[in-house]
Amino acid sequence: MIPGSFDYHAPTTLDDAVALLTEHGGDAKILAGGHSLIPAMRFRLAVPDVLIDINRIPDLEYIREEDGHLVIGGLTRESALEESSLVQEKYPLLADTAKVIADPLVRNLATVGGNLAHADPANDHPATMLAYGASVVAHGPNGARTIAIDDFFVDLFATALERSEILTEIRIPTPPTGSANAGGAYLKMERKVGDYAVSAVAVQLVMDGDTVVSARLGLTNVNPVPMRAIAAEAELIGKELNDEVLEAVGRAAAAECDPSADLRGSVEYKRDLTRVLTKRVIRKAVERAKGGDS
Amino acid sequence: MSRHTVNVTVNGEVVSEEVEARMLLVHFIREVLDLTGTHIGCDTSNCGACTVLLNGRAVKSCTIFAAQVDGGTIETIEALAVDGKLHPLQEGFWEKHGLQCGYCTPGMIMSAKHLLDKNPNPTEEEIRWGISGNLCRCTGYNKIVEAIQYAAEKIEQGDSAEEVSA
Ligand SMILES: Cc1cc2nc3c(=O)[nH]c(=O)nc-3n(C[C@H](O)[C@H](O)[C@H](O)COP(=O)(O)OP(=O)(O)OC[C@H]3O[C@@H](n4cnc5c(N)ncnc54)[C@H](O)[C@@H]3O)c2cc1C
Ligand code: FES
Ligand code: FES
Repeated sequence: MIPGSFDYHAPTTLDDAVALLTEHGGDAKILAGGHSLIPAMRFRLAVPDVLIDINRIPDLEYIREEDGHLVIGGLTRESALEESSLVQEKYPLLADTAKVIADPLVRNLATVGGNLAHADPANDHPATMLAYGASVVAHGPNGARTIAIDDFFVDLFATALERSEILTEIRIPTPPTGSANAGGAYLKMERKVGDYAVSAVAVQLVMDGDTVVSARLGLTNVNPVPMRAIAAEAELIGKELNDEVLEAVGRAAAAECDPSADLRGSVEYKRDLTRVLTKRVIRKAVERAKGGDS
Repeated sequence: MSRHTVNVTVNGEVVSEEVEARMLLVHFIREVLDLTGTHIGCDTSNCGACTVLLNGRAVKSCTIFAAQVDGGTIETIEALAVDGKLHPLQEGFWEKHGLQCGYCTPGMIMSAKHLLDKNPNPTEEEIRWGISGNLCRCTGYNKIVEAIQYAAEKIEQGDSAEEVSA
């Protein structure tokens, strides 16, 4: 199907892009990887009058460590995360996530910034960034500001970004090393490669022996808004891990999410799957924490 | 509704065309350039029949606008055979029966080309992973995997043959 017609701009600086966004207001949309926006435009679910393609702005694609954070340029492709040895070695939760987003063709264009800015509860990065306690940098007419990921997702497909702001960077705190044993993992149940999750769970935690010192959990596609499983975290933090504790954590996550029934399953099924995935992903993260990799 | 001049190198040839902003790359390739080897298999960005190489990377040409590729390089299935001699991937699909109806084949081959460009000796799992964005409704994939393995071996032998003769 053919998208509705629009005016296309491909600015080559961030300032020009922000100026265009400010000028066109709600009629304009940013075009990044295009892999959520263009399918929506083809179904005329999105009919923007103006597209502002940010792909020609240099220096928005990078992955590096800086000031105790992994910093990722907003336009960084999923395939770059997959190919990054830094991500593979030190950020297994992120590596797990990038690998199961869509398919290799999509990942060659889809961006991390777009994945978050779209705020689709079915997207995989929101849960992961919630588990990491990441933050995002937004550039607008008045310069840059940093938004904590906990404040970023405000509604279905809605974020804390202003209309004239561009998400330029994602900042993930580097997990502690040394005496603290940090571990993370992402586990996704999908019907087939390339599909969105039936349910998926992200966890990032720190262990002291068998005790969980700190932990954050994020859930994918089982809530209208990407969500942290705060009740489940409370069941986990400070506890010595055993089957009983894990079951309580899984049950808490299943109870606090709010899935809807669709072709991927019933509400009951999605809740129970969330319970099981929560238990499994925590076990995997703990294994990694004890194995010494973060 | 804006119109844009697209200057792009397609299969080694520089082309320059004016297009409407909303024209998808796959329509540009098929309808403006008349290169109909690149197929359209869905409306939902799911099937991979439209796969081409954009600046060396396999992408779905139905999910990018033609105006976006200005200044870039595109390779389609038509670029693979040289002077009537099939590319090792095409030969592999022929020898190993890697196709039945053939609808998925051009996209499958372009994905495989990107895979082998990155990783000339993939394992079976890496091959299956590499083509996981391309759907085939006929073959059950096994023959496609064999075809790509055939091509990888053939390319490696070709390279060493060239080294010997050089
Ligand atoms: C077949 C298929 C399967 C998929 N499966 C998955 C999956 O399993 N998991 C998953 O997580 N995703 C999946 N996706 C979605 C894919 O990852 C998208 O690419 C992603 O959701 C959006 O990123 P993008 O760069 O393509 O953004 P675009 O489509 O370009 O933009 C999406 C939205 O975000 C806005 N936006 C983009 N970048 C910025 C920015 N820097 N600042 C402010 N606003 C911005 C745009 O204006 C638009 O409204 C799939 C897509 C397809 C086509
Ligand atoms: S035509 Fe199906 S993914 Fe492009
Ligand atoms: S050969 Fe028919 S779809 Fe693949």
